[in-house]
Amino acid sequence: MSGFRLPQGGLIDRDRSLRFSFDGKSYRGHPGDTLASALLASGVRLVGRSFKYHRPRGILSAGPEEPNALVELGRGARREPNSRATLVELYDGLIAVSQNRFPSLRFDLMSMNTLLAPLLSAGFYYKTFMWPASFWEKFYEPMIRRAAGLGRAATEPDPDAYENATAFCDVLVIGAGPAGLAAALAAGRSGARVILCEQDRVLGGRLHDDRHPEVGWADRAEAELAALPEVTIMRRTQVFGVYDGGTYAALERVADHLLVPPPGLPRQRLWRIIARRCILAAGAIERPLVFDGNDRPGVMLAGAVRSYINRYGVAPGRRAVVFANNDSALATLADLTRAGVRVAALVDSRPQPGAGAEAAAAAAGAEFLSGAVVCGTSGGQGLRAVTVAGADGARRRISCDLLAISGGWNPSVQLATHHGGRPVWDETIAALVPGATPPGMSVVGAAAGQFTTQTAWSEGAQAGIATAAAGGFAAAPLELPAAPLESTAIVPLWQVAGAGGTAFVDFQNDVTVKDIRLAKQEGFHAVEHLKRYTTLGMATDQGKTSNVNALAIMAGLTGRSIAETGTTLLRPPVQPVAIGALAGQHRGREFRPVRLPPTHRWAEGLGAVFIDAGQWLRAQWYPRPGEDWQASVNREVRAVREKVGICDVTTLGKIDLQGTDVAEFLELVYANGWKNLPVGRARYGLMLREDGFVLDDGTTARLGEQHYVMTTTTVNAGRVMQHLEFCHQVLWPEADVQMISVTDQWAQLAVAGPNSRALLRRIVDPEFDLGNQALPYMGAAAITICGGQKARLFRLSFSGELAYEIAAPARFGDSLARVLMEQGGDLGVTPYGTEALGVLRIEKGHPAGPELNGQTTAHDLGMAKLLSKRKDFIGRAMAARPALTDTARPGLAGFRPVDPAAIIPAGAHLLRQGVAAIAAEDLGWITSAVYSATFGGWIALGMVAGGAARIGETLRAYDPLRGHDIPVTVTAPVFYDAAGERLHG
Amino acid sequence: MRIPCPCCGERGLEEFTYVGDASVRRPQDGGASVDAAWEAYVYLRDNPAGPHRELWYHGAGCRSWLVVTRDTRNHAILDAVRVQGGLP
Repeated sequence: MSGFRLPQGGLIDRDRSLRFSFDGKSYRGHPGDTLASALLASGVRLVGRSFKYHRPRGILSAGPEEPNALVELGRGARREPNSRATLVELYDGLIAVSQNRFPSLRFDLMSMNTLLAPLLSAGFYYKTFMWPASFWEKFYEPMIRRAAGLGRAATEPDPDAYENATAFCDVLVIGAGPAGLAAALAAGRSGARVILCEQDRVLGGRLHDDRHPEVGWADRAEAELAALPEVTIMRRTQVFGVYDGGTYAALERVADHLLVPPPGLPRQRLWRIIARRCILAAGAIERPLVFDGNDRPGVMLAGAVRSYINRYGVAPGRRAVVFANNDSALATLADLTRAGVRVAALVDSRPQPGAGAEAAAAAAGAEFLSGAVVCGTSGGQGLRAVTVAGADGARRRISCDLLAISGGWNPSVQLATHHGGRPVWDETIAALVPGATPPGMSVVGAAAGQFTTQTAWSEGAQAGIATAAAGGFAAAPLELPAAPLESTAIVPLWQVAGAGGTAFVDFQNDVTVKDIRLAKQEGFHAVEHLKRYTTLGMATDQGKTSNVNALAIMAGLTGRSIAETGTTLLRPPVQPVAIGALAGQHRGREFRPVRLPPTHRWAEGLGAVFIDAGQWLRAQWYPRPGEDWQASVNREVRAVREKVGICDVTTLGKIDLQGTDVAEFLELVYANGWKNLPVGRARYGLMLREDGFVLDDGTTARLGEQHYVMTTTTVNAGRVMQHLEFCHQVLWPEADVQMISVTDQWAQLAVAGPNSRALLRRIVDPEFDLGNQALPYMGAAAITICGGQKARLFRLSFSGELAYEIAAPARFGDSLARVLMEQGGDLGVTPYGTEALGVLRIEKGHPAGPELNGQTTAHDLGMAKLLSKRKDFIGRAMAARPALTDTARPGLAGFRPVDPAAIIPAGAHLLRQGVAAIAAEDLGWITSAVYSATFGGWIALGMVAGGAARIGETLRAYDPLRGHDIPVTVTAPVFYDAAGERLHG
Repeated sequence: MRIPCPCCGERGLEEFTYVGDASVRRPQDGGASVDAAWEAYVYLRDNPAGPHRELWYHGAGCRSWLVVTRDTRNHAILDAVRVQGGLP
């Protein structure tokens, strides 16, 4: 036998060879190996250094519960720290590096920490690094930060793609061991839709690891399941969380077993599985035994030893001792012998282990020691010998390079606890089994404490039948093979007598029996305190190999039963999940959906710069060669004031309302009156929340007797729609009102400026009179344009100039912009974006988003007269509260800098001159501030205590964050054309 | 969590907006003045541990307002009916 690879056996492809490297050295393995099995086959046992003490560590297990063999996988942007070598499927070209050691695994300077062990015991964080106080920031914290953590995360963006997907089924079976396969088969045959999730590459679970005589059954079951049309097998898929409403989260490792994902495939896929019912068959995890030196490389769980021999064709050593307190470990002796490993001794802690143990030792030619324990190990970086204490107390050394240990089995109950149901202690099997489970979930097999293959099969089949039947699918009984009798006899051994500072309970966080005793001594008896004080169970393995041992030890120390001591609960995820997988395709440009107005391509063609407004992408300005952004905005503002500009305002919410009760409905939702709005007119509307604060504003136009169109702000469109539906369906269901959002259905462009009427006359069909009498300010009409195309025209002005908004069906939005540009060349038509739009409305003193921030009232905004006195409306009562009408509240005003060249920073706070700049003196804040091309200087709107009463005063605009502190004069909020002459005529 | 919309069937939580207690009633006095009834309507809510009748809006679906009976202890949905036709 060369290396440790066995000449035959294992689910590996011996015809193909894979190259990989670990810590810079090259090795070979086979398809079907994990990194761990390939390392063991090559004789590599030292794979890492422990977290706190930097003790040499080896491979403890063969599965996801592995606490020691954490490696850094991959390089560069794909580097993934803390990858469990027992889960990494070997591929050609794999590169792995050990963690938490400097300069190398063999010679780790930080192993000096072992000498400091007395200072580093549990809770040392609370007692050290405190004096002198100044040392914390300069010295202790940076030092601790450098020493903390295990692996290094990649520093470049993740180059791989991830997906999110959803699946539905009648029955979700979690785990494809004997119980899960039986359940899936029984349910699948009934015609129910079944999803079978297995986190491994192969199905069959322990049937392979234990080389079960009926292992062929797993292959036959898999073949039949694959052929059933309503059954989906998801392998390499781990269910990691159970949520409300039958929702399960699962992570599918689509391409982690390849060097890089193939083009078009994601690296991983996050599944949301909606299942009517669920069968949890997640198996069980073996418990280590707790004794001094139990963390040395070469100490391995007995079940893992069997896995490496039977599934991977690897002998984990050449001379072994088996140390156990139960019968399940006995099969290890026969497997070791068959693999050519000499078994020196069976150390059984039970005083009367029974005939099975004696026979197993005899068959392997091993010394049989009953009532004995391993109380120590030796061998610097790999096991060389164990110290055994016999029943009589006498100690002796037995040389060996492999110690297979078994303290019993812990059912994998994690998923069953995600709804808060605590597991219960079953004395007969010395294990925690599921308590109250999430709705619709049943638990079978080892996960339910049913440790024999026979019961796993029969209970699994039963659950499959019952679950299918509950869903209305008639299922037939399953014929199952006969399984040999298996003994589950166990006598708990929570710690070996005398175990102390090197008897590890939590391997990954370096927590020992001594730490648990310290926690008890300091008063932290409760399991929740024990966990947080010692940090056991808080590593990336969530305490899979430590939680039960720990609480049992604490129970012993405090003289309570394990049931009394209780257990902590585990939160999803059950396994670490990459954040990229949670994000799925939602990253970068695809983080959120983007809505494009109908003129987007046209604006792109003009080189517009875009900004996110809610979910929309809106043109901010349209630069011309040689302009910086301020020059572009100034030009656009001047174009609107002097000639004509066009701006896409499609994004503002548009709601179509029809019915005989619409006017009265508007009376309910708006603060101002609507009864007398004639057909062909629009009106400004102010909408409050029921608590009296302003919700939104807009204009509503009456296009027909029973036909109105409401506009909202861009950002509140959805919120207002929800509010209107509430007012209708909940408050006034008898109203004859129908409503629907038409924001996306109509393209709407503002056409603003002295030449706007002239421009529109060139596209509006001649039968529609646009004269001032026919269509006065605030008029609204259905029209046609360009020879019969239906459109709508509203004479509204946000800018304060003669202005309109023209609407056409959205598919014509692009053409509408282009035809206006073509027709308006000699009129000086200019596209303008949201920046110019903002300057214009601030010059005109119109409140918008920054003023309607949800904290302002109608009174604050100078709109108290819009609150109708004759009718009920949403917010009427609460708006009248004295605190909301107090004139000392910040009210809307305008601001100009005393120095005409100064900038007014938006967000600056307002203070009287000469007082301390403290919160108690705060008078308000600047809400909107812009450079105004029209006035050649900065202007601003803001909310200031007393509002209009302060007009003429000089205040201080104070912005310490950005270093501004300037005197400003309070003015009326309307800077431009206060009399409104430009609007009319 | 999944909510069984009477129109659309069982849909994911992300399609809905939650508003709260469905048992509160808007005072019918026209809102002429603020009083204890208005303050209770706008601000005061019970917080029961157990079945709670509450308003949900299916904004990303049929836009129906629903009265859903949900157990606040375990999120079990016991009932969901449309409001249309009046609050029950």
